Amino acid sequence: MSEHIVQPRIYIMIFLALMLGTGLTVLAAFYDFPGPLNAVVALTIACLKATLVVLYFMHVRYSGRLIWLVIIAAIFWLAIMFAITFSDYWTRNWLPIS
Amino acid sequence: MEEFVIPKQPGSNYLNAEYGLKSWLLTKDHKRIALLYLGAITFFFFIGSLYAMMIRLELLTPQGDLMQSSTYNKTFTQHGIVMVFFFLIPAIPATLGNFLIPMMIGAKDLAFPRINLLSWYIYMAGGIITIYALLAGGVDTGWTFYVPYSTTFSNSYVIATGVGIFINGFSSILTGLNFIVTIHTMRAPGMTWFRMPLFVWSHYATSLIMILGTPVVAITILLVALERLAHIGIFDPAAGGDPVLFQHLFWFYSHPAVYIMVLPAMGVVSELIANFSRKNIFGYKFVAFSSLAIAVLGFLVWGHHLFVASQSVYAGMIFSFLSFTVAIPSAVKVFNWTATLHKASISYDTPMLYGLGFIGLFTIGGLTGMFLATLAVDVHVSDTYFVVAHFHYIMVGGTLLAYLGGLRYWWPKISGRMYPEGWGRFSALVVFVGFNLTFAPQFLLGYMGMPRRYHTYPVELVSWQVLHVLSTAGASILGVGLMIPLIYLVWSMRYGRIAEANPWHLPGLEWQTPSPPPTENFLTTPIVTHEAYEFAPPEHKEVVGKFERQQPAES
Ligand code: HEM
Ligand SMILES: [Cu+2]
Repeated sequence: MSEHIVQPRIYIMIFLALMLGTGLTVLAAFYDFPGPLNAVVALTIACLKATLVVLYFMHVRYSGRLIWLVIIAAIFWLAIMFAITFSDYWTRNWLPIS
Repeated sequence: MEEFVIPKQPGSNYLNAEYGLKSWLLTKDHKRIALLYLGAITFFFFIGSLYAMMIRLELLTPQGDLMQSSTYNKTFTQHGIVMVFFFLIPAIPATLGNFLIPMMIGAKDLAFPRINLLSWYIYMAGGIITIYALLAGGVDTGWTFYVPYSTTFSNSYVIATGVGIFINGFSSILTGLNFIVTIHTMRAPGMTWFRMPLFVWSHYATSLIMILGTPVVAITILLVALERLAHIGIFDPAAGGDPVLFQHLFWFYSHPAVYIMVLPAMGVVSELIANFSRKNIFGYKFVAFSSLAIAVLGFLVWGHHLFVASQSVYAGMIFSFLSFTVAIPSAVKVFNWTATLHKASISYDTPMLYGLGFIGLFTIGGLTGMFLATLAVDVHVSDTYFVVAHFHYIMVGGTLLAYLGGLRYWWPKISGRMYPEGWGRFSALVVFVGFNLTFAPQFLLGYMGMPRRYHTYPVELVSWQVLHVLSTAGASILGVGLMIPLIYLVWSMRYGRIAEANPWHLPGLEWQTPSPPPTENFLTTPIVTHEAYEFAPPEHKEVVGKFERQQPAES
């Protein structure tokens, strides 16, 4: 397990990127995007920010394959939760209620 | 727990290596931490049992003459919360698992001894907060915290209880993490994956569920608290939310959680069946992989709790189908245990009686799960006593029996003393009879339409009352069956016959070291050269006591 030393410069840049993301989210809240796009925009920014945190602040970028496997498994499980839950919302109105 | 052993000087085993309260509260020895958990879990089991007694007494008569409906609501809620979160989930992993996993793989301790101790403190913190909530006024939402009742209408201590459970969740996560890292990195030389006892495999699978599932229930409970405090609207249709979303999130954890409760029990039973049959388990790899299959498939079936909750019919069909697939790995285990018994030289010691009881009762519990997973049948029996009977057959008939059996089986190793075998067998029988008398009538009650969570029922339905009386009578017998071991185990700590290192004459690593083991578990690091359940061929038989025993194979 070799420790990777991250330059403070990188942390500062990531921090600024995260603040930028926060600013964008606030800004986007003032616009009313058509249809479901409001949520899509906010969630996209949030996901990008989370990715930065995981990769840099949590050092995953510099870690071995086992750590990557753990992260991917966790995301896969999250995907299972979302996918099957949405299978309910998606098909709820298929059956006409009489 | 400290009064176990008498020698005056610091001695040679983990129990007398150090003295004093501090040596226990600051210990990093996995075996001592297991005993700390054992004490705490026994306490919570006692609290949960008191609530169960109140429920059974109330249902003795059709009228609500013992308590008001609001008190009754709190009683069954608190019974469920204490039993599920503070007894069943940690029971086997945190006590037997903690004690035995390092010993079974030939390690000195878990990978992170301090985190192990931390997990006990977190468990205690969660437990104390929950007890506070129960004493301050209690909670009445059911252990499932369904919204909108829990977020909007309940006037009880929902948030305080939620905080207790939230905190407690971290102790499970830490235990799971510790087990996974330990099993990956600390196996003794020669202890390959397929030489590990099945107890270790099933704990590995359990740990995966703990790590992947527990954060979800923590977040869900947090959302309930936020909704209650700040009305954020996520579960409220008026604000664009959806109450059924709560059920999705809750059961995404809580169905896998039922496997957190039963997988370790299956691990114990695999040990009991193989060792007391003196045979290698039939289809070792199938049993090992079925644990992983249960862990994975268990995450895909949660919607069978939502069949009548306005979930889409199509999602219901998928969940119904997937629920049937989980039955396959469970059945693999049951069949393989049974095949192991075939033509074996079985000894019917107390632990084995519990193990055999598990097989029968778990099968009934699992099969009635199939009834419930059938969409049309579930519409009829959902939220009735049929469901109550189903999960008690698995949780009590399965997990509790395996826990009791395992505790008896490893008691000589844990305490260094033998328990009285005659009392052991007698109480195992009492538990079995009491259990069935308690819960079998509930299947009938549920099928006839008795809803769960009601404290009254129609006076005219005499047959209902007869069944309820039987059930309460059974619960009393079960209670006696559980008190006997409590008494004789405590008695045996002082007066029991001193146990040898390997009283059952078994090949497992945990038996190849003194009883009780030294703090570092093994005097020299073991080198493993044989499979998990390798017994010598029949010509090496030796007669010990009443039983014919086989010697473990030479290693
Ligand atoms: C193996 C261990 C199992 C445990 C510990 C367990 C436990 C439980 C619990 C606690 C509930 C009631 C939840 C509630 O409403 O409060 C329940 C209900 C249910 N169980 Fe199981 N179960 C197990 C196995 C199974 C299996 C194998 C199946 C089917 C594949 C199954 C199907 C169901 C269904 C469909 C319900 C919902 C009934 C309803 O409320 O309408 N269970 N189970
Ligand atoms: Cu379930």
